[in-house]
Amino acid sequence: MSGAITETAVTIRVDGQEVAVPEGATILDACDAAGVETPTICYGPTLTPVNVCRLCVVELDGSRALVPSCSRPAEEGMVVHTDSERVRHSRKMVLEFLTTGVDVSQADELGQWAEHYGADPSRYVPGGETMDEPVRVQDNLYIRDYDKCVLCYRCVEACGDDAQHTYAISVAGRGFGARISAEFDVTLPESACVYCGNCVAVCPTNALQFKTEFDLRQADDWRPEDQTVTQTVCSYCGVGCNLELHVQDNQIVKCTSPDDHDVTSGNLCIKGRFGWNYV
Amino acid sequence: MPPRLRGHPLADLHFGDDQPTEAEQAAIDAIVPQANAASIVETERIVRGGRSRRHGLRHLLLPVLHSLQHEIGWISPGGLNGAAERLGVPPAEAYGVATFYELLRTADPGHRDDVVHVCVDPACALAGNNELRTTLDADGARVHDSPCLGQCERAPALFVQGVGRPDRVPADDNEEFQLPQAGDPGLRVLRRVGVVDPTSLESYREHGGYEALATAIEMGPDAVIAVISDSGLSGRGGAAFPTGIKWRAVADEPGADKHVVANCDESEPGTFKDRILCEQDPFAVIESMTIAGLATGASHGWIYIRGEYPRATARLESAIAQARASGLLGDDVAGSGQRFDIELRRGAGAYICGEETALFNSIEGFRGEPRNKPPFPTTHGLFSQPTAVNNPETLINALDIVIDGPDTYRSLGTERSPGTRLFCLSGRIGVPGLYEVPFGTPLGDLLDLAGGPVGSLAAVLLGGAAGVFVGPDSLDMPLTLEDTREASATLGSGVVTVFDDTVDMEAVVVRIAEFFRDESCGQCVPCRVGTQRQHEVLVELQGSDKPLTKQRSELIDDMALAMVDASICGLGHTAASAVRSALSLGLIGNSQ
Ligand SMILES: Cc1cc2nc3c(=O)[nH]c(=O)nc-3n(C[C@H](O)[C@H](O)[C@H](O)COP(=O)(O)O)c2cc1C
Ligand code: SF4
Ligand code: SF4
Ligand code: SF4
Ligand code: FES
Ligand code: FES
Repeated sequence: MSGAITETAVTIRVDGQEVAVPEGATILDACDAAGVETPTICYGPTLTPVNVCRLCVVELDGSRALVPSCSRPAEEGMVVHTDSERVRHSRKMVLEFLTTGVDVSQADELGQWAEHYGADPSRYVPGGETMDEPVRVQDNLYIRDYDKCVLCYRCVEACGDDAQHTYAISVAGRGFGARISAEFDVTLPESACVYCGNCVAVCPTNALQFKTEFDLRQADDWRPEDQTVTQTVCSYCGVGCNLELHVQDNQIVKCTSPDDHDVTSGNLCIKGRFGWNYV
Repeated sequence: MPPRLRGHPLADLHFGDDQPTEAEQAAIDAIVPQANAASIVETERIVRGGRSRRHGLRHLLLPVLHSLQHEIGWISPGGLNGAAERLGVPPAEAYGVATFYELLRTADPGHRDDVVHVCVDPACALAGNNELRTTLDADGARVHDSPCLGQCERAPALFVQGVGRPDRVPADDNEEFQLPQAGDPGLRVLRRVGVVDPTSLESYREHGGYEALATAIEMGPDAVIAVISDSGLSGRGGAAFPTGIKWRAVADEPGADKHVVANCDESEPGTFKDRILCEQDPFAVIESMTIAGLATGASHGWIYIRGEYPRATARLESAIAQARASGLLGDDVAGSGQRFDIELRRGAGAYICGEETALFNSIEGFRGEPRNKPPFPTTHGLFSQPTAVNNPETLINALDIVIDGPDTYRSLGTERSPGTRLFCLSGRIGVPGLYEVPFGTPLGDLLDLAGGPVGSLAAVLLGGAAGVFVGPDSLDMPLTLEDTREASATLGSGVVTVFDDTVDMEAVVVRIAEFFRDESCGQCVPCRVGTQRQHEVLVELQGSDKPLTKQRSELIDDMALAMVDASICGLGHTAASAVRSALSLGLIGNSQ
């Protein structure tokens, strides 16, 4: 988070290990500093934490419930456990819950964590509710497959306060029926969407994906192992956004921008993100 | 981490082609006239608007949506666009808000008839809500299932949502209100209920009204907070937090842009006390809020009231207007030199909006999703400003404490649970209704006071859907915070729902699970998915003639632990407690 780094450091204990982090850092930052890997879904380095997925929870001495490490500021003297029985249990349950109702087949990281924590989605009542949404293919730029949506709010944040300020999408409905949606679920071309693709860039489950990727996957021809990534600078305007062009068989198949780039923080506009579609 | 300022400082809002009809425009104008719009085109070149103006209007989103729903019967794309444009809110966000609430419809119902909400929760199920529904259906009414309507003492309950006509509760017509304990000299909080004329400030004054405010002004803020702290008064909304500590924390924050919120959202199944307090003693709510405002140095008061409480709403609005006209609210409250005024906001059918931080989001015009704590409301509450949220029963208790001092209050109840407590009795009980007894009264005595259980007692649900079942062997349990805690039970919001051995407890428990599934805001995974899967397990059990298997029982426990440990708010934390208590008492889960 920008601006949060100051001279003062706070020292906290992560799994018995003392780590010092700058004031304003989160428990997650401290876990990173301690070399403890933490599973996250809704957290994104460029986004304000919404702390909704609860996958990153840790046990904090003195707190009755577990706390989300991604949003809880580290405070001097905190004692944190990331691998206790309770932490493993809640992380496992969150992963089980997500894998029972959502198609996570293209959420690689989530799948690895599910295995790590021994999540077992088969032990639930057969025929339970799922997301059950058709793929929304409404243009040639990107598709929305909400069967794969874990409702992490990242796309909403990226479209809204955190990057784009377009507010084309929101969470609609409530409870298990909540869905990402434009007003009255109008198609994206009818909505306020300006096709910056920033939502696509932050989606952790591939629920949002480039149309090129979607088509190749449909044709069973999506081969990340055969892809190369070329760094370049976008030539449309003078801002100087870094682009990473993903190329398969001499075709550009998608375009990203590095999260840590000081101009873009991973964000682009329609020209940089999708402009290659036209060239 | 302080909550960030949310909104759309740079947004260039885009609206679809749908325009509001004339009637829709009028419904919008009624709440936000064109002159107050988010951006105003003054001349071709000058447009007034921008960030601060939009932030200043967003809290009117829910009132505008209410107005559209009420006038048109639903919120159409044109109506939504009109509302969103007037307030400078992105239409996708306005849609997200509209779809959050049960009383707002975003699909054309195809008619302009009133909608009759029929309660499907336990007290009404026991009182024949099915038959009532059948009759209504046969009459061609537009029937809609509703969670507890807060009228459990007069089950089965109805609420009629008017289209172009006022909302109404049929049971309110010709009702001569009387408490079961009418005339009991032991009544404290209920002393004026059923005695005072709730529509008259004069009558309230004749019954001792506004003496407490005068005393409080004389004492000064510090002394008021001191007596509240010394009294040991704790919150009656469910969490039992010490009121004095809360008020002190808000008082210690600088500035006057602080808030006092009366949480009258009352949606815990089985609770109806706040409706009765607001309907029968509305001035007491206003006076006690004013004392809280002066004590904490907050100049803004808010009443957030359930959308299904039309009479309580009308009486509170009238009480606010009378108090304002008499200088008891406004820029100089009763000559104190301090400013305090109250705005009323109606909920729109969402249990979660009773959770204090969800309530803030609801008032601010966002989805009623709870915020992560910390930071706490006392520093970052409504509009991210310091806020004291209290239940009306908590607030009204403060009146006598200010007048009589903490010792009189402490003379009733126990050392750790001083004072009296309101209990909402319903179900299989002789005389359902609202009762007030000192903390520490044994459960059995309370049931006897209410005419005793009807039939052979099987279980009592304490604390509502978020509470726990206890069996007949708990009749000796003193109703205090400490004794219920020790028994892993809770007093919650004072719900006491009584079941006899003829009740199908599986159906009751499945309904409780369904309630949580329906009412989860959906924000966090443990609760959004956990409440859904919990309901599925119980439905499976209900449909089977076999006892609960070990695997299923483990699954229920595993889900419960994750909901308790990892959910954001109290809804998730308590969503499994009644279910698990029913299992451990053997009320469900055995072969039949
Ligand atoms: C799901 C949920 C619903 C709640 N509903 C209410 C309510 O309707 N009324 C209320 O006073 N408190 C309710 N609360 C408790 C409030 O968050 C808050 O603790 C309370 O209003 C504080 O007032 P008190 O200290 O006077 O009890 C609810 C809490 C949760 C988690
Ligand atoms: S492409 Fe950009 S504007 Fe469109 S929904 Fe995604 S983030 Fe919003
Ligand atoms: S579409 Fe992707 S980014 Fe958006 S909420 Fe769903 S999973 Fe998250
Ligand atoms: S616990 Fe449930 S109601 Fe509370 S924030 Fe999470 S999903 Fe929403
Ligand atoms: S990553 Fe922390 S709650 Fe989602
Ligand atoms: S009104 Fe029906 S259970 Fe409360």
